[in-house]
Amino acid sequence: MEAHGGVLMTEEDIQQILSRYPHRRSALLPLLHLGQQEAGYLTEEVLAQLARRLGLSPVQVVEVATFYDLFRLKPGGRREIWVCHNVSCSLMGAEHVVRRLEEELGVAAGETTRDGVFTLKRVECLAVCDLAPAIQVGADYHGPVSPRDVAALVDRLRKQ
Amino acid sequence: MSEKILTKRFEIPGYGGTLEDYVATGGYQAIAKALKEHTPASLIELVRRSGLRGRGGAGFPTGVKWGFVPKDPGLTKYLVCNADESEPGTFKDRDLIMRDPHQLLEGMLLASYAIGCRTAYIYIRGEFIAGARILERAISDAAAHGFLGRDILGSGFGLEIQPHRGAGAYICGEETALLESLEGKRGLPRLKPPFPATAGLYRMPTVVNNVETLSNLPHIVMRGAEWFSSIGTPKSTGTRIFSVSGHVRRPGNYELPIDVPMRELIFEHAGGVRGGRRLKAVIPGGSSVPVLIEQHLDIRMDFESLAKAGSMAGSGGVIVMDDTTCMVRTGEVVARFYHHESCGQCTQCREGTAWLHKTLRRIEEGRGRKADLDLLLDICDNMQGKTICPLSDAAAMPIQSYMKYFGDEFERHVVEHACPFGSRDGS
Ligand SMILES: Cc1cc2nc3c(=O)[nH]c(=O)nc-3n(C[C@H](O)[C@H](O)[C@H](O)COP(=O)(O)O)c2cc1C
Ligand code: SF4
Ligand code: FES
Repeated sequence: MEAHGGVLMTEEDIQQILSRYPHRRSALLPLLHLGQQEAGYLTEEVLAQLARRLGLSPVQVVEVATFYDLFRLKPGGRREIWVCHNVSCSLMGAEHVVRRLEEELGVAAGETTRDGVFTLKRVECLAVCDLAPAIQVGADYHGPVSPRDVAALVDRLRKQ
Repeated sequence: MSEKILTKRFEIPGYGGTLEDYVATGGYQAIAKALKEHTPASLIELVRRSGLRGRGGAGFPTGVKWGFVPKDPGLTKYLVCNADESEPGTFKDRDLIMRDPHQLLEGMLLASYAIGCRTAYIYIRGEFIAGARILERAISDAAAHGFLGRDILGSGFGLEIQPHRGAGAYICGEETALLESLEGKRGLPRLKPPFPATAGLYRMPTVVNNVETLSNLPHIVMRGAEWFSSIGTPKSTGTRIFSVSGHVRRPGNYELPIDVPMRELIFEHAGGVRGGRRLKAVIPGGSSVPVLIEQHLDIRMDFESLAKAGSMAGSGGVIVMDDTTCMVRTGEVVARFYHHESCGQCTQCREGTAWLHKTLRRIEEGRGRKADLDLLLDICDNMQGKTICPLSDAAAMPIQSYMKYFGDEFERHVVEHACPFGSRDGS
């Protein structure tokens, strides 16, 4: 995810997204992406607001939001570190990278560091298998990552 | 060195894939030519004659698919570019989007003109943030120069393209799940028929084509069907971008004639197996296809040859494994993935992928019994052939193939109650 924090959904953004589709329900995924940027996760208020705007029930919106891995319904770290554990990355040592990241951050995959900076997530193939074992943070890819590089990488990310 | 088509521009020094770069190297001439020289029907015929087959996975002939779209001018038609690229081991669409987005947009213009579409969507996987930005920029540049919009090059033909981000679900690469997702719903595959060509997006006639498929079109229009079909075999024409990863010296994308021998692809282009080790296994078309072994190295990579060898060309993702690899561990990773991604609509798939994963993990961790090997085969049998979409088959067939070629390795895990490779990571 892009680093978030206080990007508010404006009426203009919403209108712009709605204008791309002949049926307003199609705007749901783009609006969930946008809504997630406000607080870093989809708050009850945002979900309710989107349901109202699209003429859906809150249940319909939640059902969609929970289907997709990129939507968060609970608060997490300010940044997510995605570490791929699919075939090509696994062949190239992804599990060692996951273990080093867990040690370095002091959390297990799926958890958020105590200072709220990072959430570490195992993810499926990121379509950068030529960089295996690969990590993605925001729009940026890192790889091939050696377990030895992990400490320096986390350091750099902390400063970004 | 064989001629590159889709990635030829990548080799031009300083080529950045901007609109200026693209136009300066002959870009957007194909749409001008098609608008002048072709009717939609003759364009469909040209693509049919070229023999171009879909690069997304199924290899369906593109011109034939377009031909299924009803001609009724009163019906709204849609083109959807499948940029979900989530088949493990595949990363070619990424390069086509990042390095030459206008080639894709021009391909979409041609496809839209052929089927009579006025609004097209690009469904791009949610994780691909950089790619979505590049596409947005390219679309607005193309519109600013009159290559997109109401009246393109004074022809009266108009097209608008909208990028649409997915949100992390492998199943949304399957075309009907993709359409559900684009409609703002969960990505649950639809029962077919009806096929998208007659009832797709918003139940209107829709063509879904892969990024690489569409990127071929400008070249076919400029250079002709005969030129295109002279590359490859009579049934598999043109080039293909093979994404090679795993235990090779030079992982990367290699555009080669579609019928390149596997040995040449892996040993000449990708530099061979790392550290001079021995090749053990190759997954030739993304994690959904059956594995091949050393004795298959002289097989060619076209659709028919790989099918004849008992595998599939799939997505063009070639995963190479050396002799340090544990195939039970590979199976565990593959099964975990399909279990995580099964949408759950079909019992055999939902339960089967869960059982496969659980059983393979047990065997890999040294807790398996002999009976587990028969159990695995039973699960695979039960998963195939009666589900809404092919994901269930895609989970079962690879595991069957690992057991077929490496049965002794599975056997050792349950006899020795340990992984003979001693690691959970084969690296
Ligand atoms: C589980 C599953 C995942 C798929 N993922 C993709 C994908 O990521 N990209 C893609 O282009 N096609 C994917 N496909 C194939 C599409 O359903 C469809 O056949 C393809 O997009 C058609 O385009 P083409 O004819 O140009 O290949 C997938 C199919 C299945 C069953
Ligand atoms: S086969 Fe699996 S993924 Fe496909 S529709 Fe059925 S449950 Fe869903
Ligand atoms: S398997 Fe990790 S990026 Fe593809």
